[in-house]
Amino acid sequence: MLTLKEVQSLLSGELLTPGINLEKECSKVFASDMMSDVLAFIDPESVLVTGLITSHVVRTACLADVSAIILVQGKRPEPMVVDEARVRNLPIISTACSMFEVCARISRSHPEAGR
Amino acid sequence: MMTEISFQQEFEIKGGDFVRAGEASCEIKNLLKELGVAMQVVRRAAIVSYEAEMNVIMYAGSGRLDLSVTSDRVQIVVDDRGPGIEDVELAMSEGYSTATPEMRELGFGAGMGLPNIKRNSDIFKIHSKVGRGTRLEMTIRTNGHRL
Ligand SMILES: Nc1ncnc2c1ncn2[C@@H]1O[C@H](COP(=O)(O)OP(=O)(O)O)[C@@H](O)[C@H]1O
Ligand SMILES: [Mg+2]
Repeated sequence: MLTLKEVQSLLSGELLTPGINLEKECSKVFASDMMSDVLAFIDPESVLVTGLITSHVVRTACLADVSAIILVQGKRPEPMVVDEARVRNLPIISTACSMFEVCARISRSHPEAGR
Repeated sequence: MMTEISFQQEFEIKGGDFVRAGEASCEIKNLLKELGVAMQVVRRAAIVSYEAEMNVIMYAGSGRLDLSVTSDRVQIVVDDRGPGIEDVELAMSEGYSTATPEMRELGFGAGMGLPNIKRNSDIFKIHSKVGRGTRLEMTIRTNGHRL
């Protein structure tokens, strides 16, 4: 099992919400830009990998009990969106990797994450 | 016998207000947590509330969400004064959506909202009248989980 901290280093990711604890397990991963699919199919405590950077991603993540958001292709949301994530105690990690690369790297180290 | 209402709150939802979309549902989730409702129930209520809130924002001019909590259930009633739904059965089917490309860019419009609301509710009722509006009633039982 990987921790969020280990996932961050695996992806050379930058934590956009400093101070939020990453010593949590990353048990499952769900990758999608479709928030309705996240709401319909994600397991609680999953990590959400997405290329969307609106405030709806933060709210969807919060409502669906997501443990962390990983933003692909080096995307960075507006400061307002990051602030909302911080208030909701939701870590956001930004990585230069593509969505495919994020999933590939995590699955190499943690093959069970997709189930 | 009347069930005793232990908590009740109303939320206004403004159609087209994508900036604030989801705020009411996030507040509802926090309220339910504070009330000590079991986590699985909170999660289902949050998802139900969010999908219903988004539908008012996307398709209806304005609406109201009513949250009430008793010792044995969480109930969410969403009433809107939108255009109504012509074919409710079609709207309830997975994948059916009339969302615009703009809505899809925000990550909504997979046509999974109503089916997902139904799946997460123990009792689900939908009434819609074209030209009048739509009313959804969702009940989630707490199954003896302590309030
Ligand atoms: N409150 C509403 N008022 C009018 N039409 C609605 C309402 N809710 C849903 N609909 C219609 O039902 C369709 C299916 O809704 P839903 O299952 O939530 O999927 P989605 O929102 O992704 O389109 C919508 O595309 C819309 O045409
Ligand atoms: Mg919907």
